[in-house]
Amino acid sequence: MGFYTLLEQSKTTDLNQFLGSVTERDVACSIGKSRLSARDFLTLLAPAAEGFLEQMAGRARALTLQHFGRVVFLYAPLYVADYCENSCLYCSFSATHGYLRRRLTLPEVAEQAQVLAGMGLKAVLLLTGESRRHTPVSYLRDCVRLLQKYFSSVSLEVYPLQEDEYRGLVACGLDGVTVYQEVYNETVYNSVHPQGPKADFHYRLETAERACRAGVRTVNIGALLGLDDWRREAFSTGLHAQYLQDSFPAVELGVSVPRIQPHLGSYTPPAPLTDRELVQVILALRLFLPRAGITLSTRERPALRDALVGLGITRMSACSSTMVGGYTANGSRVAQFDISDGRSVEEIRQMLKISGYQPVAQDWHTLPQGQEDIHDRQ
Amino acid sequence: MMDDLVIGGQPISNRLFLGTGKFSSYDLIPGVISNSGAQVVTVALRRVDPGMASENMLNFIPENCIVMPNTSGARTAAEAVQIARLARAMGCGNWIKIEVISDNKYLLPDNEETILATRTLAAEGFIVLPYMNPDLTAARKMLDCGAAAVMPLGSPIGTNRGLKTRELVQIMIDELAAPVIVDAGLGKPSDAAEAMEMGAAAVLVNTAIATAEDPVKMAEAFSLAVRAGRMAHLAGPGAQSALASASSPLTGFLF
Repeated sequence: MGFYTLLEQSKTTDLNQFLGSVTERDVACSIGKSRLSARDFLTLLAPAAEGFLEQMAGRARALTLQHFGRVVFLYAPLYVADYCENSCLYCSFSATHGYLRRRLTLPEVAEQAQVLAGMGLKAVLLLTGESRRHTPVSYLRDCVRLLQKYFSSVSLEVYPLQEDEYRGLVACGLDGVTVYQEVYNETVYNSVHPQGPKADFHYRLETAERACRAGVRTVNIGALLGLDDWRREAFSTGLHAQYLQDSFPAVELGVSVPRIQPHLGSYTPPAPLTDRELVQVILALRLFLPRAGITLSTRERPALRDALVGLGITRMSACSSTMVGGYTANGSRVAQFDISDGRSVEEIRQMLKISGYQPVAQDWHTLPQGQEDIHDRQ
Repeated sequence: MMDDLVIGGQPISNRLFLGTGKFSSYDLIPGVISNSGAQVVTVALRRVDPGMASENMLNFIPENCIVMPNTSGARTAAEAVQIARLARAMGCGNWIKIEVISDNKYLLPDNEETILATRTLAAEGFIVLPYMNPDLTAARKMLDCGAAAVMPLGSPIGTNRGLKTRELVQIMIDELAAPVIVDAGLGKPSDAAEAMEMGAAAVLVNTAIATAEDPVKMAEAFSLAVRAGRMAHLAGPGAQSALASASSPLTGFLF
């Protein structure tokens, strides 16, 4: 049974009614538990929990310290192509926007990699738009093989793939897969993804589990906050994360909390959330999933990112460009979305050190494939 | 009185082994080591980046320490073996702490895969110290495969909950001729003292020191507790009793 079935089942609960019925006493009780149920998690997302952010922050800080120590992992995105067949209303790469698209050649990818590696980064997230024609899996495999020469961990945030395609990429050295559902409310999903392969909600939803079955070491999921009611979206994200954690215990699980940012086009997010609400999401996720990594990208502005270190965030991007080839002078001029934190890797390192945290570039070194079978030697 | 622990032919006088993850800065490591007097220090090879001096943990460990790389991040025996070989190729010496974990929620070790990795690595000449769930049978298998010691957990990694596995660890200490080193979960110096009083050969501590407000001072506190616990074990504590001794013995009429 995939997560789609579970998500369907969760619809039988009237979330709005539950959220409205939560009392302050319920919130205090859920914060105090050492192991939170899905019901506790939803309780912490309720309006009644808004007055408990300080208590939740205290627990979140202690749990993060216990499980991750005084350490924050760094990574950077690397956009290699912006060809896209989808027309997501909130994205600059949408096929409806007419601008000159680009796909980096392998030497150009190497050039970008060199710049990032030169800043001391060891983990990279490779991104493309969704176009099997322009960026086929064979291109992704070539990129993964190439990037391994520069980084100890290579992850992908591209279009959803089949399980055997992920397996082939793992054999080339792929370490992780990031895939955001964007929005877990299927009706809203269909309205903001009107056409293109991304219109298939179910296929996208089960991408993370296909990657897990194919043997990736890490997966990272998330909802693009702002597309629909954030309480329900955060709840679905947590349920999805819990499902993956329970189904694939060997996989290192991460959750991102991206807030929708300005982009090309005229779409206005219908359900924007405030800083306080974003913090409530992060704290509730940390209490519900103490061992999960939580990523905060350069979508957020420096002051907020700095303040959230220690309250649950374990991974941060640094020196990010969301443009194809953005790390050299000849990059594209269209960014997928606007970033809010333009600090260099060194500036992020210094900020972390001053806050009492160790910036860690390398948390894993992908091992060469083709291992001997130890089990045969018994 | 000489009371060295000998592992792999190396005499070790300080029975506090240190972990190096979770510190806010590697700059703290030299102080933690010198204040505690620790001689055995474990390092997660997954984070060792020889290319960057400021991020290479190995540069922060004094030369007179025994570096024990660990295979943290390995999900299978095969991955642990690869990591161990990589460690040796990088010049980290012959010691290896095997960690095979395929459960990311509780980080509990996989004894079955750990036995397999122990067999392969011991045969390749490594001094193997496997991290394990406390289980006498699995420990015997690891020792049969050539492990130099076994390292049962006191409670899950990072929990600081103390010796929740006390009964099982005590059985291992009582039954095994090889050193039993309690690794993981010891949250306070008194937990470490308890393990040593029970007869543990050593303890390995990381989270409780690394996440303390003052890691250097906490490392020293653990070191003192380990010494006290060891001394108490050697002194032979008196038997415990739930009842006070009756002043008029019940069997006095026999004399």
